[in-house]
Amino acid sequence: MSHPVAPNRLAVVRSVRTSYVAVPSFLARERIIAKPGFNRWLIPPAALAVHLCIGQAYATSVYKTALVNHFDTSLTAIGIIFSIAIVMLGLSAAVFGTWVDRNGPRAAMFTAAVFWVSGFLVGALGIYTRQLWLLYLGYGVLGGIGLGIGYISPVSTLIKWFPDRPGLATGMAIMGFGGGALVASPLSRQLMSYYDADYDPSVADSVPAGSAVGALFLTLAALYLVFMMFGAFLVRVPAADWRPKGFDPLTVKQKALVTTENVSANNAIKTPQFWLLWTVLFCNVTAGIGILEQASPMIQDFFRTGEGSLVAASAAAGFVGVLSLFNMGGRFVWSSTSDFIGRKPMYMIYLGVGILLYIVLATLGSTATWIFVLTAALIISFYGGGFSTVPAYLRDLFGTFQVGAIHGRLLTAWSAAGVAGPLIINGVLDARGTPGQLVAGDYRPALFIMVGPLAVGFVANLLIKPVDAKWHESEDAVEQFTHENPTQERSAAR
Amino acid sequence: MSSTASTDDRRPTTHTPAGLIAFAWTLVGVPLAYGLFQTVKTAAKLFTG
Repeated sequence: MSHPVAPNRLAVVRSVRTSYVAVPSFLARERIIAKPGFNRWLIPPAALAVHLCIGQAYATSVYKTALVNHFDTSLTAIGIIFSIAIVMLGLSAAVFGTWVDRNGPRAAMFTAAVFWVSGFLVGALGIYTRQLWLLYLGYGVLGGIGLGIGYISPVSTLIKWFPDRPGLATGMAIMGFGGGALVASPLSRQLMSYYDADYDPSVADSVPAGSAVGALFLTLAALYLVFMMFGAFLVRVPAADWRPKGFDPLTVKQKALVTTENVSANNAIKTPQFWLLWTVLFCNVTAGIGILEQASPMIQDFFRTGEGSLVAASAAAGFVGVLSLFNMGGRFVWSSTSDFIGRKPMYMIYLGVGILLYIVLATLGSTATWIFVLTAALIISFYGGGFSTVPAYLRDLFGTFQVGAIHGRLLTAWSAAGVAGPLIINGVLDARGTPGQLVAGDYRPALFIMVGPLAVGFVANLLIKPVDAKWHESEDAVEQFTHENPTQERSAAR
Repeated sequence: MSSTASTDDRRPTTHTPAGLIAFAWTLVGVPLAYGLFQTVKTAAKLFTG
């Protein structure tokens, strides 16, 4: 394979070398290069084992009130724990992304497990000693670092194992992140009712004791340690010359925007393509997170009649469940679909159809519950699909070389949207009235505002073109980075 | 699905037991199925009140 000469090739090799940090030999990338004959269908469960655990981050609402009572503090003070974790997710994914790509998925998954589990342990200590700052440090900072490294760690590996279906591969893993919340929410309720006999999860205003949350944290730490270590020791990387049977890389190069070249993470962030895609992800997440944040009160407010609502509180909880299912399903279905129709058209659907759906929700959403539910569910499926399709889009544009590190840097868009989305919708609703007395009309300005980011994202997606050849890496730089050469593979494969 | 092909046939080969693949998928599939079942049960309340 010939490569255009990068103007700063030596600098690239040098910068790549200086970023090397050793890991114990049992975690090293060279130790997990798969021998010929290894079945790649062992890799998705390894990835799922990690993502199902860290997806717990979306299930923190089940013990939020218990922590407010236990620490005798405000909902905001407890909510900060989750905010710190999401900010740390973005920061750690961006900072450690290159380290993850260099050292391979076993070292990354192992490290993610250590941080994630330590977060629960330190958090439990904070609960038992009533030291809230330990919860910030534990679940927020340590857990957040585990989240970031764990989120990106299996993605580049799956892309390398499934070069013929990268959307399917990343969809499987990132679906697991959505699935993690579906598992953790009911499991946490059941465990807390076991640790606190007075707590009844079926009663709406029943709240578990703080000690039950502490015991839950210890239990989850043990469970997640086992699961994540299972993933870490199951995972393998393909040899450099490995290809799926019957797969010809040149066939994917014929598709628009898909490259067989490689761009480093440091150079990727210098390209307009990276920032256009950052904008696309930011806009898609900002729009979706607005509905997710308000799901339960929103459906009741849309069908409010005088004092009450046509939608009962239990039905509103069911609506949240429907959205969770579509959030998870969209991650798999839409990302897999992108393998057939292409990444750019897929985002045109997420953002373009998303605009229409927001307009339908704002104008017709209050006329019938089925219109409201169907529209919101589709929007949330696009929100989930946006997360799982983006690693495959990055691979199309920048190659597989440092796709994990590039993905990590792109996830700062998620952190930013996590602040912007709720700010927009809460800001509008606060200005319109009091929670519990809002009606459909009060949501309309917020929904129409969300059309703006979707339109911006739609245009940004249209502007994405193939990356200029001047950013492509040489084969030497790639080999220096990964330490994958035929001699090492023959001697170290196991 | 057979999934491996390599250009260098001098390297030692391996065989992944079908039982290991089934075990790995079961280990992640069971909690996922539990979570899906519980969520569908909750979601059903939207239609049953």
